[in-house]
Amino acid sequence: MAVTVKTFASTSEAAGALSADRGARYLGGGTLVMRALNEGDVSVSTVIRASDQALTRIDASGPRVTLGAGITFAKILAERDLGFLHAPARSIGGPAVRNMGTVGGNLFAPSPYGDFTVALLALDATVAVQGGFGTRDIAIEEFLQARERQAGTLVLSVSCARPASADAFRYHKVARIKPKGGSVITLAAHLPISGGRIAGARIALGSMAPTQIRARAAERVLEGRSLDAATIAAAASAVTEGTSPFDNALGSAWYRREIAGVHLRRLLSGQE
Amino acid sequence: MAKTALQFRHNGRDVAIFVDGGTNLLVALRELIGDMTPKFGCGQGGCGTCSVLIDGELHLSCLTLAETVAGRSVETLDGLKQGPNLHPLQRAFADNFAAQCGYCTPGMLMAAKALLDRNPQPSRAEVVEAISGNICRCTGYEPIIDAILAASGGRASA
Repeated sequence: MAVTVKTFASTSEAAGALSADRGARYLGGGTLVMRALNEGDVSVSTVIRASDQALTRIDASGPRVTLGAGITFAKILAERDLGFLHAPARSIGGPAVRNMGTVGGNLFAPSPYGDFTVALLALDATVAVQGGFGTRDIAIEEFLQARERQAGTLVLSVSCARPASADAFRYHKVARIKPKGGSVITLAAHLPISGGRIAGARIALGSMAPTQIRARAAERVLEGRSLDAATIAAAASAVTEGTSPFDNALGSAWYRREIAGVHLRRLLSGQE
Repeated sequence: MAKTALQFRHNGRDVAIFVDGGTNLLVALRELIGDMTPKFGCGQGGCGTCSVLIDGELHLSCLTLAETVAGRSVETLDGLKQGPNLHPLQRAFADNFAAQCGYCTPGMLMAAKALLDRNPQPSRAEVVEAISGNICRCTGYEPIIDAILAASGGRASA
């Protein structure tokens, strides 16, 4: 089971090593890669690490927030300027997992995990990655759609615009075990209001498809409307359109489809 | 496969070992150092019985690559004992019947220590949150919560 561990000072060297070796995986907080090693996953032959300080930098002072990929959920919770991300960060694991798990790793966490990424998807985040040929920015939705092919790229940071008001961004994770537990479904909504109407609605769902997805039909219902009971009801009934939930030990596909609209209605009407 | 030399502080004492690539901290502690207090439960980060403090922060040793603790301080349950005396948390666990089968106890005690080191007078809700990553299949958690509150000087009804 022994694997080769390679630690690099710079992200460019780490990215080069990662893209050059199909059996290489980047080790962030360890909650995914070490788990794979403990389970005897033979597809991992090399573990790559980078000690670059840039990976643990937070820029939360301005209207646009940038989080280094190595930022843990505990760090987010300790940062007062990141209050809008506290609910998703707190919904992950217990204290030990929050001291270990990182923003970058969460992008790769399969359902029923990856809750923080649901929040980032609703916030239209940008993912900065470094491949063998340099760095580039990818919209998070595009990143998630091609997640299977991202294993050879190194995530450097994620960034998103700060919501205009606390009310504009809402998040709720449905779990059977409280305060900790895998997601039955996870919902995040970003509803900027302009002149009393929603402009740029984003609804993101976790555990409703193989990766985190946007509920585009619900977004279309909300766009340009005011957030009244009729609009909320219409969005709730459209929320499962285009989703492909699955059965697992936490819930069946049927159950997920049944509750998605209920929880979206509650989330949008301020009940959870 | 070449082994990597690793030095760190283990319960206040410097230790040096050689680890295989990919070895997790739990295996290093149990098999190479002989500290059997952190337990192997799930190996997935779900149960918390392997919890240790790394530089005072609660971590899961089974999901920690051993070589990432180079030069750092690792505290396990074994470091809690003070000569023949039990640590106040251990005493409170015994007095409140907080251990039944005992398998979760090392992780529970370390999670409780991480809480009390940071917050000596926690509320009941803070205690529940602090041990939320640790699974106990015997007690129903109430005696554990009571024990941690008792050790902090608080009352179970807080």
